[in-house]
Amino acid sequence: MNLETIKSEIEANVPGCRVELVANPSPSAQHSLLLDADHAAAVAIFLRDAPNLRFDFCSNVTGIDWPGKEVSQKVKLRKLVDGVEQEVEETRTTTIPGSLEVVYHLYSVEKKHGPLTLRMRTQDRDTGVHLPSLTPIWRSAELQEREIFDLYGVVFDGHPDLRRLLMWDEFQDYPMRRDYVDPDDYEYEPTAHDDVLQRAQQHLSHTDLPQASEAEGR
Amino acid sequence: MDESLKNELSKQGIFTTSLQELYNWGRTSSLWPLNFGLACCAIEMIATTMARYDLARFGAEVFRPSPRQADLMIVAGTVTKKMAPQVVRLYNQMPEPKYVISMGACAISGGPFKQGYNVLKGIDRYIPVDIYIPGCPPRPEALIDAFMELQKKIDAQQLTGENRPRHLNAAEPSEFVVPRFGEHDLEPTHNQTIWKPPLVQISQAGTDESGNH
Repeated sequence: MNLETIKSEIEANVPGCRVELVANPSPSAQHSLLLDADHAAAVAIFLRDAPNLRFDFCSNVTGIDWPGKEVSQKVKLRKLVDGVEQEVEETRTTTIPGSLEVVYHLYSVEKKHGPLTLRMRTQDRDTGVHLPSLTPIWRSAELQEREIFDLYGVVFDGHPDLRRLLMWDEFQDYPMRRDYVDPDDYEYEPTAHDDVLQRAQQHLSHTDLPQASEAEGR
Repeated sequence: MDESLKNELSKQGIFTTSLQELYNWGRTSSLWPLNFGLACCAIEMIATTMARYDLARFGAEVFRPSPRQADLMIVAGTVTKKMAPQVVRLYNQMPEPKYVISMGACAISGGPFKQGYNVLKGIDRYIPVDIYIPGCPPRPEALIDAFMELQKKIDAQQLTGENRPRHLNAAEPSEFVVPRFGEHDLEPTHNQTIWKPPLVQISQAGTDESGNH
């Protein structure tokens, strides 16, 4: 099934929706469709019910965290410096806002085609984290959307039972987000490296252990 | 009682024992484990009790479905932070004397999930553990070995004196604090009376043999 044709079929049948083709440049070439949140439910119903598509099975739902990032660009400008026009390099930083993304993998058991990959993005990572739930359309998404709510903090509007799944209800953080800082319950690591090593050395700095040289004097 | 006199008497058909030996023998030979599994280690624990390995030969005749009737808790599997309060609560509900076998890498330290946000880094943070079995999961032979080690440990216990077991010492606690679900982690993160962060030579971390970075 060609993704371009599916895209044009969606646009022809769901009025007002914006579908964007997200290309995957890797050899797997698993391109996907980025839906706008307002029309996602209508698009999902169309994909499920259209007689030539019949995507009747949602096999997988997952989340992606895109943290906001600063991009700095060097721009060459002509400016007056000490009365003389000169070419000056300036660095301009632009902030790309972060978002949370949800990915759905669809198959058609009836037509034996798939997978079709759908994406949806939230407005930002703080308050605009609402997305429509596709659980009313594919029941198999229920627990996986709960898991995404639990680990990423995406709020699925229209979900029948949106509670935390893996963590306890009192838990406040979203562990799969990039900026999650896990609680510092330090324990000895035999092969510490990177972040773990840094943390081990921090702990060392406020314990009164003998220094390496003393301990090694055999 | 003198060991040689005891031997001599037994040759004459007179059986002598001490109350301590009798008491320890009784406890050693009828350890009843709690029917309680958390992950894949539990499958090995089940296999240990079945006909091929037959843990019943060692006195663990019945796995009890209630903590009130059990005196051995085999923590078999990954203890998630969400499950940890229930494990501690079950331990508190067991009558003394009670023992704990920490089975497998997860129950010892968190195992392969040690760096995870949802896994407790070892059940010995909340309850006292008598025997640790490494392995992922340990084979039934390893569990039987741990069981025999526990029996040796019980056999060697003194009923009186400084080293008497916890249940004979009124000053020692028999219940342990059940952690609460906090906003970021369990509260408290460990029971300070029974677990302290290990004082290993962590300054060696990241250094080579000569101590250089």
